[in-house]
Amino acid sequence: MTYIVKPKIVHSGLQRNALGLTIRDYEGSMSTLCAGCGHDSITAAIVQAFFELHVPPHRVAKMSGIGCSSKTPAYFLSSAHGFNAVHGRMPSIATGASAANRSLYLLGISGDGDSLSIGLGQFSHAVRRNLNMLYIIENNGVYGLTKGQFSASADVGSKAKRGEMNKQQPIDPVQMAMAQGGTFVARSFSGDKDQLIPLLKAGIKHDGFGLIDIISPCVTFNDHEDSTKSYAYTRQFYHPAVHADFVPPAEEIKASYNRGNVMSVELHDGSRILLRKVSKDYSVHNRGAAIDYIRAHQRKGEIVTGLLYIDQGEPDMHGINRTASLPLNELPFDTLCPGTESLVSLQDLYR
Amino acid sequence: MSAKTKNRVNDFTIKLANVNGTGSASANSLLMKAIFRMGVPVTGKNFFPSNIQGLPTWYEIRVSKDGYLARSGDVDVMVAMNAETYEEDLGEVSKGGTLIYDSTWPRDKTLSRRSVTVLGIPLAKMCNEHFDNVRARILMKNMAYVGALAALLDLDLDVIHTLVKETFAAKESLIGANLKAIELGFEYAGKNFQCPLPTRVKALDKTSGHIMIDGNTAAGLGCVYSGATVGAWYPITPSTSLMDAFKAFCERFRKDPETGERNYCVVQAEDELAAIGIVLGATWNGARAFTPTSGPGLSLMSEFLGFAYYAELPAVVFDVQRVGPSTGMPTRTQQGDILAAAYASHGDTRHVVLFPSNPQECFELSLAAFDLADRLQTPVLILSDLDIGMNDWMCEELKWDPKYKPDRGKVFDAKTLKGGAEKFSRYLDRDGDGVAYRSYPGVDGDGAYFVRGSGHNQYGGYTEDAAEYQQVIDRLMLKWGTAKKLVPDPYIRRTRKASQYAIVSVGSCDNAVQEAIDRLSSKGIYLNYLRVKAFPFGKKVTNFLRKHERVFVVEQNRDAQLKSLLCLETDYSKQRMQSILHYNGLPIDSSCIVAAIEQAVSQGEAA
Repeated sequence: MTYIVKPKIVHSGLQRNALGLTIRDYEGSMSTLCAGCGHDSITAAIVQAFFELHVPPHRVAKMSGIGCSSKTPAYFLSSAHGFNAVHGRMPSIATGASAANRSLYLLGISGDGDSLSIGLGQFSHAVRRNLNMLYIIENNGVYGLTKGQFSASADVGSKAKRGEMNKQQPIDPVQMAMAQGGTFVARSFSGDKDQLIPLLKAGIKHDGFGLIDIISPCVTFNDHEDSTKSYAYTRQFYHPAVHADFVPPAEEIKASYNRGNVMSVELHDGSRILLRKVSKDYSVHNRGAAIDYIRAHQRKGEIVTGLLYIDQGEPDMHGINRTASLPLNELPFDTLCPGTESLVSLQDLYR
Repeated sequence: MSAKTKNRVNDFTIKLANVNGTGSASANSLLMKAIFRMGVPVTGKNFFPSNIQGLPTWYEIRVSKDGYLARSGDVDVMVAMNAETYEEDLGEVSKGGTLIYDSTWPRDKTLSRRSVTVLGIPLAKMCNEHFDNVRARILMKNMAYVGALAALLDLDLDVIHTLVKETFAAKESLIGANLKAIELGFEYAGKNFQCPLPTRVKALDKTSGHIMIDGNTAAGLGCVYSGATVGAWYPITPSTSLMDAFKAFCERFRKDPETGERNYCVVQAEDELAAIGIVLGATWNGARAFTPTSGPGLSLMSEFLGFAYYAELPAVVFDVQRVGPSTGMPTRTQQGDILAAAYASHGDTRHVVLFPSNPQECFELSLAAFDLADRLQTPVLILSDLDIGMNDWMCEELKWDPKYKPDRGKVFDAKTLKGGAEKFSRYLDRDGDGVAYRSYPGVDGDGAYFVRGSGHNQYGGYTEDAAEYQQVIDRLMLKWGTAKKLVPDPYIRRTRKASQYAIVSVGSCDNAVQEAIDRLSSKGIYLNYLRVKAFPFGKKVTNFLRKHERVFVVEQNRDAQLKSLLCLETDYSKQRMQSILHYNGLPIDSSCIVAAIEQAVSQGEAA
């Protein structure tokens, strides 16, 4: 995770959010990724989303595994603690972080290698635990740091830079997350900021596991003709099914939508997601139908995007466990240690 | 002197051969507890298969007025309830011993030994006559032999009755049946045999101030008392009951009776790689967290353990060792993970390891482990084993110091971070002891840094610079030096006479070693004894070694792992150490130690 410190220049005219912070306060160090990398656009969208949500940067814990995508947490929220875990194991770090401090905003950044190969098991279990976090997969179908091998998300028929064709079936994190009980499942494209930023905001505020799979082309190893994860291919076969707008609490909904086509989902903090059905035969509350829809379009080579499934009713890991509402790392020792008398009486069981 | 003529009052071993899944475990532990409550030192060891139902299982109870708690190596009374292993069980009885079997199905005469008294009790017949329920007929046979043993061994019936009532307090309807079964066995033995046997129990007052507890329960309790709030695990024998105990104690002590809210969070992980990851995610956030596992789990955790060593995150890992290599024998005991624990993971990595020798130390060293992990910001591994973890041991009552406060180590809190005179730098050695200050997420932006397993400099930044990398790695070695001063001292027992001989041992070998030393001293061989309780080895270990010409290193693995570690990490001569190894999966007894040392000493004197 190489980085170059970015000088923080704040123009007097720069907009400030409710905390009095400018967008600069949400940035990190300079990216060392290749020029044009999709991941840098995602970084910019993350910066924008947290700024607009007025989240204090230090209340976020950003975590990642290994790979190009996993370097990016250094490039945003420099005042947030970060954890760059071993390859494919970020979900377990996030689980422990959530267990110890449920009051943090947990943000995980991973890639298709990190989540769908070496870390497939941990990814799945974070989903089924309904861990309260936003999990982003920066998906480019290729291993960048080791120079261009196919990843498990590469499509059948997609060609590597040197001409080799992938013949194995791709693993789609979106379909997996839906099948495993994910409560917020979305897909987007690094090149579509208008779609991505509201999705990020909704995912950050969602109580439970939020997945956003973001197609993020690799300009160096997988942006050529015959690649199905290139900018050109993604733009051509991009199919937004549902558009989500994020409305913070207490903000009025501007009635510029056709009522019949708009659905509002209320989040726990009072904010709302307004879903505009771009595609009229699509329901965001029906797992089976959503998977069918995605698969039908997949067969045509199309990439369905948007907020594809949401369920606000399922309890997260702490809800299931009935963990104390105060973060466990704040509980004083006296309340945790049963003390002398308890130890004495307990031992009557062992005589 | 044959066993028959020896005074065997309060000095004998009972072995019970059962079929697993038939409910013998509760009868056997009740039998042991009855002896304990009569004030006679006792220990129970369970030899069970990796199976749920139908395979042979044995329970061995040693009664010892002298308080010897290792295996004796003898069987004085055998209760042979498993037809399949009858021949083998009969063969194992010491000369002059007694065998009890279910004579509902009389044994072939060819299966007999002249030196063993065989007592037949029609246990199944009696139970079939008195109980209607099929399951009860199977279960009550166990209680019936407890009743017979009560008559034969002169056990206090009142004590047994009380124990039955306590055991089945939650299922009161079962008390009557169990008492009836005990009565059946007791009366049959009284009528048909000369009771009591010369091998019998006589009440003493040698168990007050003691409890009978297994090491996993004690360790789970230690985690509760240390203030651990997050536990993560993947089920693996023989460590599973540690997390079971932690959860049960937390339900008792850490659950709000009104709201049902829990002041703890246990996560059953998808595998051990995740279990240790969950622990690190929690300790990164300032919670105390732990994971119990066994050898195969330790192998899987190695990558993250190296990460935690380098990124300097606390973690407490219990390795309840079982027989390796590989899957090995999951329900048998060994001390085969010493080297794997000490150097778990690739690169220059080393870990603090603690070695409890009994359940009491499981409790005490759990507390020490959490303090050390926080103080040193590094993983601490506690190497227990199946023998300690899953068997009931008689040990001193657990004590609690009400003045105890957890040592959370060096932390920059909100106050130090905000407006503090000094800038926070994660890996800067401010105090010269190799331990830097850390900060927790969510507290203040000035404490933000990246936890990473990649190269980093003393400020916490990524580096590939040769000098910056080496500075951090060298400081970790300085921290290792600090660890040597902080880890628990070894246990040392000195002989009354000056001796050039010593035993060095570890963990659950302790009882066998203690008994061996007594037996050898009665033969004129005097030995000093040191039991390591921690790695790295502190000054007391190296000084002790230096003072002896010859050191016998007793341990339960094939490859002399403790000896290897002593060779690697002390300057004591390899030539002066001789291994005494026991590694067949059964707990060590004193005889192998006595024999090896006797031989070595006589050879030494001859030379």
